[in-house]
Amino acid sequence: MFDLTGKSALITGASGGIGGAIAKALHGAGANVGLSGTRVEPLEALAAELGERAFVLPCKLDDAEAVAALPKQAAEAMGSVDILVNNAGITRDNLFMRMSDDEWQSVLDVNLTATFKLCKGVLRGMMKSRWGRIVNISSVVGATGNPGQGNYAAAKAGMVGMSKSLAYEVASRGITVNAVAPGFIETAMTDKLTDDQKSAILTQIPTGRMGTPEEIAAGVLYLASPEAAYVTGTTLHVNGGMAML
Amino acid sequence: MSDIADRVKKIVVEHLSVEEEKVTESASFIDDLGADSLDTVELVMAFEEEFGIEIPDDAAETIQTFGDAVKFISDAQ
Repeated sequence: MFDLTGKSALITGASGGIGGAIAKALHGAGANVGLSGTRVEPLEALAAELGERAFVLPCKLDDAEAVAALPKQAAEAMGSVDILVNNAGITRDNLFMRMSDDEWQSVLDVNLTATFKLCKGVLRGMMKSRWGRIVNISSVVGATGNPGQGNYAAAKAGMVGMSKSLAYEVASRGITVNAVAPGFIETAMTDKLTDDQKSAILTQIPTGRMGTPEEIAAGVLYLASPEAAYVTGTTLHVNGGMAML
Repeated sequence: MSDIADRVKKIVVEHLSVEEEKVTESASFIDDLGADSLDTVELVMAFEEEFGIEIPDDAAETIQTFGDAVKFISDAQ
Protein backbone atom coordinates (compact mmCIF):
# COMPACT_ATOMS: atom_id res chain seq x y z
CA MET A 1 0.00 0.00 0.00
CA PHE A 2 0.99 3.61 -0.62
CA ASP A 3 3.76 2.90 -3.10
CA LEU A 4 5.09 6.11 -4.63
CA THR A 5 7.92 4.56 -6.62
CA GLY A 6 8.59 6.61 -9.73
CA LYS A 7 6.67 9.63 -8.47
CA SER A 8 8.32 12.95 -7.69
CA ALA A 9 7.18 15.15 -4.84
CA LEU A 10 7.93 18.81 -4.16
CA ILE A 11 7.60 19.73 -0.49
CA THR A 12 7.82 23.32 0.73
CA GLY A 13 8.90 24.08 4.25
CA ALA A 14 10.90 20.85 4.30
CA SER A 15 13.36 22.37 6.77
CA GLY A 16 10.65 22.46 9.42
CA GLY A 17 9.35 19.72 11.67
CA ILE A 18 6.21 18.78 9.77
CA GLY A 19 7.74 19.34 6.33
CA GLY A 20 10.72 17.17 7.20
CA ALA A 21 8.47 14.37 8.41
CA ILE A 22 6.39 14.61 5.22
CA ALA A 23 9.53 14.41 3.09
CA LYS A 24 10.70 11.34 5.00
CA ALA A 25 7.33 9.63 4.67
CA LEU A 26 7.05 10.23 0.91
CA HIS A 27 10.68 9.28 0.37
CA GLY A 28 10.15 6.15 2.43
CA ALA A 29 7.30 5.20 0.12
CA GLY A 30 9.67 5.38 -2.84
CA ALA A 31 9.14 8.92 -4.14
CA ASN A 32 11.81 11.31 -5.33
CA VAL A 33 11.60 14.32 -3.06
CA GLY A 34 12.38 17.96 -3.78
CA LEU A 35 13.11 19.64 -0.47
CA SER A 36 12.29 23.32 -0.53
CA GLY A 37 12.71 25.86 2.22
CA THR A 38 14.51 29.04 3.12
CA ARG A 39 17.25 27.57 5.28
CA VAL A 40 19.72 25.61 3.18
CA GLU A 41 21.60 23.88 6.01
CA PRO A 42 18.73 21.82 7.42
CA LEU A 43 17.65 20.98 3.87
CA GLU A 44 21.15 19.70 3.06
CA ALA A 45 21.19 17.73 6.29
CA LEU A 46 17.82 16.15 5.51
CA ALA A 47 18.91 15.33 1.95
CA ALA A 48 22.06 13.71 3.30
CA GLU A 49 20.00 11.66 5.73
CA LEU A 50 17.63 10.51 3.00
CA GLY A 51 20.41 9.70 0.54
CA GLU A 52 19.36 8.98 -3.03
CA ARG A 53 16.27 10.51 -4.60
CA ALA A 54 16.47 13.69 -2.51
CA PHE A 55 17.05 17.13 -4.04
CA VAL A 56 17.61 20.43 -2.27
CA LEU A 57 15.66 23.30 -3.81
CA PRO A 58 16.02 26.43 -1.67
CA CYS A 59 13.32 29.06 -2.22
CA LYS A 60 12.10 32.12 -0.36
CA LEU A 61 8.35 32.07 -0.67
CA ASP A 62 8.03 35.82 -0.14
CA ASP A 63 10.03 36.32 -3.34
CA ALA A 64 7.57 36.19 -6.24
CA GLU A 65 10.22 35.42 -8.84
CA ALA A 66 11.70 32.62 -6.79
CA VAL A 67 8.24 31.12 -6.31
CA ALA A 68 7.54 31.28 -10.04
CA ALA A 69 10.82 29.51 -10.78
CA LEU A 70 10.48 26.73 -8.20
CA PRO A 71 8.16 24.33 -10.11
CA LYS A 72 10.50 24.43 -13.12
CA GLN A 73 13.58 23.86 -10.97
CA ALA A 74 11.85 20.93 -9.29
CA ALA A 75 10.81 19.41 -12.62
CA GLU A 76 14.35 19.80 -13.96
CA ALA A 77 15.86 18.18 -10.88
CA MET A 78 13.42 15.29 -10.61
CA GLY A 79 12.03 14.91 -14.14
CA SER A 80 8.51 15.90 -13.12
CA VAL A 81 6.39 17.06 -10.21
CA ASP A 82 3.63 14.54 -9.59
CA ILE A 83 2.98 15.47 -5.97
CA LEU A 84 3.02 18.96 -4.50
CA VAL A 85 2.85 19.50 -0.76
CA ASN A 86 2.37 23.13 0.20
CA ASN A 87 3.53 22.92 3.76
CA ALA A 88 5.54 26.11 4.27
CA GLY A 89 3.96 28.61 6.57
CA ILE A 90 4.83 31.54 8.75
CA THR A 91 3.08 33.20 11.67
CA ARG A 92 3.16 36.83 12.67
CA ASP A 93 0.68 36.86 15.49
CA ASN A 94 -0.88 39.98 16.88
CA LEU A 95 -4.18 41.13 18.24
CA PHE A 96 -6.47 42.09 15.42
CA MET A 97 -6.63 45.72 16.50
CA ARG A 98 -2.86 45.93 16.60
CA MET A 99 -2.12 43.95 13.45
CA SER A 100 -0.16 45.95 10.90
CA ASP A 101 -0.79 45.77 7.17
CA ASP A 102 2.65 44.24 6.84
CA GLU A 103 1.89 41.48 9.35
CA TRP A 104 -1.29 40.71 7.47
CA GLN A 105 0.24 40.83 4.01
CA SER A 106 3.38 38.82 4.71
CA VAL A 107 1.38 35.94 6.19
CA LEU A 108 -1.07 35.98 3.28
CA ASP A 109 1.80 36.17 0.77
CA VAL A 110 3.73 33.19 2.08
CA ASN A 111 0.89 30.97 3.26
CA LEU A 112 -1.73 31.57 0.60
CA THR A 113 -0.39 33.40 -2.46
CA ALA A 114 2.71 31.23 -2.76
CA THR A 115 0.47 28.16 -2.49
CA PHE A 116 -1.67 29.48 -5.35
CA LYS A 117 1.36 30.13 -7.52
CA LEU A 118 2.97 26.77 -6.86
CA CYS A 119 -0.27 24.93 -7.59
CA LYS A 120 -0.54 26.82 -10.86
CA GLY A 121 3.07 26.08 -11.69
CA VAL A 122 2.80 22.31 -11.35
CA LEU A 123 -0.61 21.86 -13.00
CA ARG A 124 0.57 21.79 -16.59
CA GLY A 125 2.72 18.72 -16.03
CA MET A 126 0.02 17.00 -13.98
CA MET A 127 -2.63 17.70 -16.63
CA LYS A 128 -0.43 16.21 -19.31
CA SER A 129 0.34 13.09 -17.35
CA ARG A 130 -3.28 12.76 -16.20
CA TRP A 131 -2.09 12.17 -12.65
CA GLY A 132 -1.35 14.54 -9.83
CA ARG A 133 -1.65 15.01 -6.11
CA ILE A 134 -1.74 18.36 -4.37
CA VAL A 135 -1.84 18.43 -0.59
CA ASN A 136 -2.11 21.81 1.07
CA ILE A 137 -1.26 21.98 4.74
CA SER A 138 -3.91 24.12 6.36
CA SER A 139 -4.51 24.35 10.11
CA VAL A 140 -7.22 23.73 12.64
CA VAL A 141 -7.30 27.47 13.26
CA GLY A 142 -8.43 27.98 9.67
CA ALA A 143 -11.65 26.25 10.70
CA THR A 144 -11.97 27.43 14.29
CA GLY A 145 -10.22 30.80 14.35
CA ASN A 146 -7.71 31.70 17.04
CA PRO A 147 -7.20 34.93 18.95
CA GLY A 148 -4.07 36.69 17.75
CA GLN A 149 -4.03 34.82 14.46
CA GLY A 150 -6.46 36.71 12.25
CA ASN A 151 -3.93 36.72 9.44
CA TYR A 152 -2.84 33.09 9.81
CA ALA A 153 -6.39 31.78 10.20
CA ALA A 154 -7.50 33.74 7.13
CA ALA A 155 -4.67 32.31 5.05
CA LYS A 156 -5.28 28.75 6.28
CA ALA A 157 -9.03 28.97 5.66
CA GLY A 158 -8.23 30.46 2.26
CA MET A 159 -6.16 27.41 1.40
CA VAL A 160 -9.17 25.19 2.02
CA GLY A 161 -11.48 27.19 -0.24
CA MET A 162 -8.81 27.38 -2.90
CA SER A 163 -8.15 23.63 -2.71
CA LYS A 164 -11.83 22.82 -3.15
CA SER A 165 -12.18 25.12 -6.15
CA LEU A 166 -9.14 23.68 -7.83
CA ALA A 167 -10.27 20.16 -6.96
CA TYR A 168 -13.45 20.74 -8.99
CA GLU A 169 -11.54 22.01 -11.98
CA VAL A 170 -8.96 19.26 -12.35
CA ALA A 171 -10.74 16.18 -10.99
CA SER A 172 -11.47 14.92 -14.51
CA ARG A 173 -7.74 14.89 -15.24
CA GLY A 174 -6.77 12.49 -12.49
CA ILE A 175 -5.53 15.24 -10.21
CA THR A 176 -6.71 15.42 -6.62
CA VAL A 177 -6.41 18.46 -4.37
CA ASN A 178 -6.86 18.08 -0.66
CA ALA A 179 -5.94 19.79 2.56
CA VAL A 180 -4.58 18.46 5.82
CA ALA A 181 -5.39 20.57 8.87
CA PRO A 182 -3.05 19.85 11.77
CA GLY A 183 -4.00 20.75 15.30
CA PHE A 184 -1.25 21.47 17.79
CA ILE A 185 1.86 19.55 16.75
CA GLU A 186 5.23 19.37 18.50
CA THR A 187 7.36 21.62 16.30
CA ALA A 188 9.51 24.73 16.56
CA MET A 189 6.33 26.73 15.90
CA THR A 190 4.60 25.39 19.02
CA ASP A 191 7.84 25.37 21.08
CA LYS A 192 7.45 29.12 21.22
CA LEU A 193 4.34 28.74 23.38
CA THR A 194 4.76 29.22 27.13
CA ASP A 195 4.10 26.32 29.51
CA ASP A 196 0.92 28.02 30.65
CA GLN A 197 -0.27 28.31 27.06
CA LYS A 198 0.60 24.69 26.43
CA SER A 199 -1.27 23.37 29.43
CA ALA A 200 -4.28 25.52 28.52
CA ILE A 201 -4.21 24.05 25.03
CA LEU A 202 -3.92 20.49 26.30
CA THR A 203 -7.16 20.85 28.24
CA GLN A 204 -8.86 21.39 24.87
CA ILE A 205 -7.44 18.25 23.28
CA PRO A 206 -9.33 15.03 24.05
CA THR A 207 -6.27 12.88 23.41
CA GLY A 208 -4.43 14.91 26.06
CA ARG A 209 -1.28 15.49 24.09
CA MET A 210 0.10 17.36 21.15
CA GLY A 211 0.45 15.52 17.86
CA THR A 212 3.71 14.51 16.22
CA PRO A 213 4.92 15.58 12.79
CA GLU A 214 4.83 11.92 11.75
CA GLU A 215 1.09 11.82 12.43
CA ILE A 216 0.61 14.66 9.93
CA ALA A 217 2.97 13.03 7.45
CA ALA A 218 0.93 9.81 7.53
CA GLY A 219 -2.16 11.72 6.41
CA VAL A 220 -0.23 13.42 3.63
CA LEU A 221 1.20 10.09 2.48
CA TYR A 222 -2.29 8.67 2.19
CA LEU A 223 -3.63 11.64 0.21
CA ALA A 224 -0.58 11.51 -2.09
CA SER A 225 -1.01 7.82 -2.78
CA PRO A 226 -2.69 6.09 -5.73
CA GLU A 227 -5.13 4.61 -3.19
CA ALA A 228 -6.57 8.07 -2.49
CA ALA A 229 -7.60 8.68 -6.11
CA TYR A 230 -11.27 9.00 -5.13
CA VAL A 231 -10.61 11.52 -2.35
CA THR A 232 -10.56 15.12 -3.52
CA GLY A 233 -11.59 18.50 -2.17
CA THR A 234 -11.55 17.24 1.36
CA THR A 235 -9.81 18.44 4.49
CA LEU A 236 -8.30 15.81 6.72
CA HIS A 237 -8.29 17.08 10.29
CA VAL A 238 -5.47 15.65 12.39
CA ASN A 239 -5.94 17.31 15.73
CA GLY A 240 -6.43 14.76 18.50
CA GLY A 241 -10.13 15.50 18.60
CA MET A 242 -9.60 19.16 19.42
CA ALA A 243 -12.12 20.16 16.77
CA MET A 244 -14.36 17.43 15.40
CA LEU A 245 -15.18 18.77 11.96
CA MET B 1 -4.57 23.50 -46.53
CA SER B 2 -1.52 24.92 -44.86
CA ASP B 3 0.88 22.87 -42.81
CA ILE B 4 -0.07 24.79 -39.67
CA ALA B 5 -3.77 24.09 -40.16
CA ASP B 6 -3.02 20.39 -40.61
CA ARG B 7 -1.03 20.22 -37.42
CA VAL B 8 -3.63 22.19 -35.45
CA LYS B 9 -6.38 19.95 -36.79
CA LYS B 10 -4.49 16.84 -35.77
CA ILE B 11 -4.18 18.12 -32.20
CA VAL B 12 -7.85 19.06 -32.04
CA VAL B 13 -9.01 15.74 -33.45
CA GLU B 14 -6.86 13.78 -31.05
CA HIS B 15 -7.58 15.82 -27.98
CA LEU B 16 -11.32 16.23 -28.40
CA SER B 17 -11.92 12.87 -30.09
CA VAL B 18 -13.94 14.43 -32.88
CA GLU B 19 -14.17 13.56 -36.57
CA GLU B 20 -11.89 15.49 -38.83
CA GLU B 21 -14.76 16.75 -40.99
CA LYS B 22 -16.26 18.59 -38.05
CA VAL B 23 -13.13 20.68 -37.54
CA THR B 24 -14.03 23.49 -39.92
CA GLU B 25 -12.74 27.05 -40.06
CA SER B 26 -15.59 28.40 -37.94
CA ALA B 27 -15.99 25.39 -35.64
CA SER B 28 -16.09 26.56 -32.04
CA PHE B 29 -14.17 24.31 -29.68
CA ILE B 30 -16.81 24.61 -26.98
CA ASP B 31 -20.06 25.04 -28.94
CA ASP B 32 -19.38 22.72 -31.87
CA LEU B 33 -16.65 20.32 -30.82
CA GLY B 34 -17.76 19.48 -27.28
CA ALA B 35 -14.80 20.95 -25.42
CA ASP B 36 -15.14 22.17 -21.87
CA SER B 37 -13.21 25.15 -20.59
CA LEU B 38 -10.39 22.99 -19.29
CA ASP B 39 -10.11 21.32 -22.71
CA THR B 40 -9.49 24.73 -24.26
CA VAL B 41 -6.68 25.34 -21.76
CA GLU B 42 -5.16 21.99 -22.68
CA LEU B 43 -5.49 22.70 -26.40
CA VAL B 44 -3.59 25.95 -25.96
CA MET B 45 -0.91 24.07 -24.02
CA ALA B 46 -0.67 21.55 -26.84
CA PHE B 47 -0.43 24.32 -29.47
CA GLU B 48 2.35 25.97 -27.48
CA GLU B 49 4.35 22.78 -27.46
CA GLU B 50 3.71 21.78 -31.05
CA PHE B 51 4.73 25.17 -32.42
CA GLY B 52 7.24 26.27 -29.78
CA ILE B 53 5.38 29.49 -29.05
CA GLU B 54 3.99 31.16 -25.96
CA ILE B 55 0.31 32.01 -25.96
CA PRO B 56 -0.42 34.47 -23.15
CA ASP B 57 -3.63 34.02 -21.17
CA ASP B 58 -5.37 37.07 -22.62
CA ALA B 59 -4.62 35.89 -26.15
CA ALA B 60 -5.68 32.34 -25.32
CA GLU B 61 -9.12 33.64 -24.40
CA THR B 62 -9.61 34.98 -27.92
CA ILE B 63 -8.95 31.58 -29.49
CA GLN B 64 -12.47 30.21 -29.69
CA THR B 65 -12.56 28.45 -33.04
CA PHE B 66 -10.29 26.29 -35.15
CA GLY B 67 -9.85 29.26 -37.50
CA ASP B 68 -8.85 31.50 -34.57
CA ALA B 69 -6.18 29.03 -33.56
CA VAL B 70 -4.71 28.69 -37.03
CA LYS B 71 -4.68 32.45 -37.49
CA PHE B 72 -3.05 33.14 -34.13
CA ILE B 73 -0.36 30.54 -34.65
CA SER B 74 0.33 31.67 -38.22
CA ASP B 75 0.73 35.26 -37.01
CA ALA B 76 2.94 34.19 -34.13
CA GLN B 77 5.41 32.35 -36.31
